[in-house]
Amino acid sequence: MKAIVCMKQVPDTESRITINPEKTGVEQGDFSYIIGPYDEYAIEAALQLKEAAGEGEVVLLSVGDPSIKSTLQKGMAMGADRSVLIEVDSYNGDALTTARLLAAQLKTMEYDIIFFGKQAPDDNNAQVGPMVGQLLGLPTVTAIAALEVQEGKAVVEREVEGGREVYEVTLPALLTTEKGLNEPRYPSLKGIMQAKRKPVDLVSGEVAAATTEQLTWSYPPSRAEGKIVGEGTAAVPELVRLLKEEAKVL
Amino acid sequence: MSSILIYLESHDGKLKSNAAEVATAGRKLATAQQKELVAVVIGEVATDELGNWGISRAIRLSGGNLADYSGDVWAAELAQLVSDQQADTVLMMASSQGRDLSPRLGALTGVTVIADVISLENQDGTTVGLRPVFANKAQVLVRPTGELAIFTLRPKAFTPEVVEAVATTVESRSAAALDALAIVRELAVAAGAKIDLTEADVIVSGGRGMGGSEKYDILEQLAEKLGGVVGASRAAVDAGWRPHSDQVGQTGKTVAPTLYIACGISGAIQHLAGMSSSRFIVAINKDPEAPIFKVADYGIVGNLFEVVPALNSAI
Ligand SMILES: Cc1cc2nc3c(=O)[nH]c(=O)nc-3n(C[C@H](O)[C@H](O)[C@H](O)COP(=O)(O)OP(=O)(O)OC[C@H]3O[C@@H](n4cnc5c(N)ncnc54)[C@H](O)[C@@H]3O)c2cc1C
Repeated sequence: MKAIVCMKQVPDTESRITINPEKTGVEQGDFSYIIGPYDEYAIEAALQLKEAAGEGEVVLLSVGDPSIKSTLQKGMAMGADRSVLIEVDSYNGDALTTARLLAAQLKTMEYDIIFFGKQAPDDNNAQVGPMVGQLLGLPTVTAIAALEVQEGKAVVEREVEGGREVYEVTLPALLTTEKGLNEPRYPSLKGIMQAKRKPVDLVSGEVAAATTEQLTWSYPPSRAEGKIVGEGTAAVPELVRLLKEEAKVL
Repeated sequence: MSSILIYLESHDGKLKSNAAEVATAGRKLATAQQKELVAVVIGEVATDELGNWGISRAIRLSGGNLADYSGDVWAAELAQLVSDQQADTVLMMASSQGRDLSPRLGALTGVTVIADVISLENQDGTTVGLRPVFANKAQVLVRPTGELAIFTLRPKAFTPEVVEAVATTVESRSAAALDALAIVRELAVAAGAKIDLTEADVIVSGGRGMGGSEKYDILEQLAEKLGGVVGASRAAVDAGWRPHSDQVGQTGKTVAPTLYIACGISGAIQHLAGMSSSRFIVAINKDPEAPIFKVADYGIVGNLFEVVPALNSAI
């Protein structure tokens, strides 16, 4: 079982976000970086498939500058065998640009299955996975919450409003992972040591022109300061009155 | 003349309620930019509501391999329409279907989707969209640089408006029989078939303070009385008290109901990411220092097992 996991390094979800004075982006300075939370489900899914098959390889693939190596190492500490990093100097993170870079690289690689996290928490795009699937002409299912692989086929489920869609796809296929699919493992000490010796291959990629442009960044309007209506059940009548008369929602 | 294509989702032959949000956004843009508005539905979908939203032209695509949802087939059909109709703008919902379908359409037409926008603005004939990023900690205004722009709209960010009814001309088209790479084999409807959190007007959410799955009864009762549904924090989901589909927050759903009642939820930044654009927030928490009170319009400091039943009988 050869699995490739496309992953993205993102700022820790606790990070404070500071918009730069030019309002063209955020200050990168003080972030600590993590593997995208949804990408962890993707890595776990790939590791489980390899373990179940008893043979194969899990390769991490990412786009960016060499500083991402340390985040790739965290994924290799979980158990991935090696990494490939498509090195680019600068681009604006446009989803289609990223998808084209990944698709071009994936064409040179061997795989039975490609995983992505369903979405990165920073740019909230949820596009790169399905775009790559389309560019490579692969059966693609997004945001999967259940997966079973058997004899060259995958049966997967994705949550939709009011239910679950069930798909059966023929491998090779591309799947993006939702929370609930599995419990990502923590790297063991041994895993962390081994990860240091696992290779990260640098390849270069051609950055196509972006199709969208970010104009200005801003903070969302802050909510008005809330008020404490009172304590315990004694406050309930006043809450009901406010919901009726002030908020007019009852 | 270029046109604005709006794709309206349906289920079981009926438009989904979110269709009104896309339709309203589309009509406003088309008016501002003097473009033709073309609504697209897929399958044998009833279209009688469209006139109320000011839609005078619709295309109903059916046949081919369109009976069940397939992201790749549906995207290919829509891409064909984009070119036939000389569309320079496509709008659809940032729902689970829209977020699956739109990137494929983007890849086929060569553009990045401007995803999950909370507002659209006409800037000299170009549409720009405002999208929340970094879990709603920032937002960025994005402009398309080419001939075509695809936007997905965040559920509940666009208020539907009924206008003076117009007559709708519906053109039926049969689709080419494309082979699907991935197609829905079965749609398992959730037990109780309740409203999805993203579509609910009222959400009563319970966190770690609930202490167990059976304790959610009191929230279910309150939600039912208010015509809403029950949500949960990640702590409650990870404890196995509620299914993942109930989780609100950064790794759960982004919701924007009219009323969000948080019970026994501390208000961690990742939870706030999913619910801070609710119109009114009520928090019930025994800890007066809980960060949830910072975003709550109305807070009650107290034991939820006393306050929630009291609230339930008072309304
Ligand atoms: C990458 C990442 C993603 C995450 N994504 C999400 C997400 O999508 N959604 C999410 O919710 N969290 C998410 N989290 C977790 C988040 O950081 C918090 O751990 C979680 O939200 C806490 O849930 P809680 O408020 O229910 O529990 P706690 O923080 O433990 O709060 C429980 C609260 O209940 C109150 N309480 C207890 N008993 C009572 C009672 N009887 N009456 C009244 N009040 C009572 C307490 O005072 C306390 O404030 C994420 C974390 C990470 C690292």
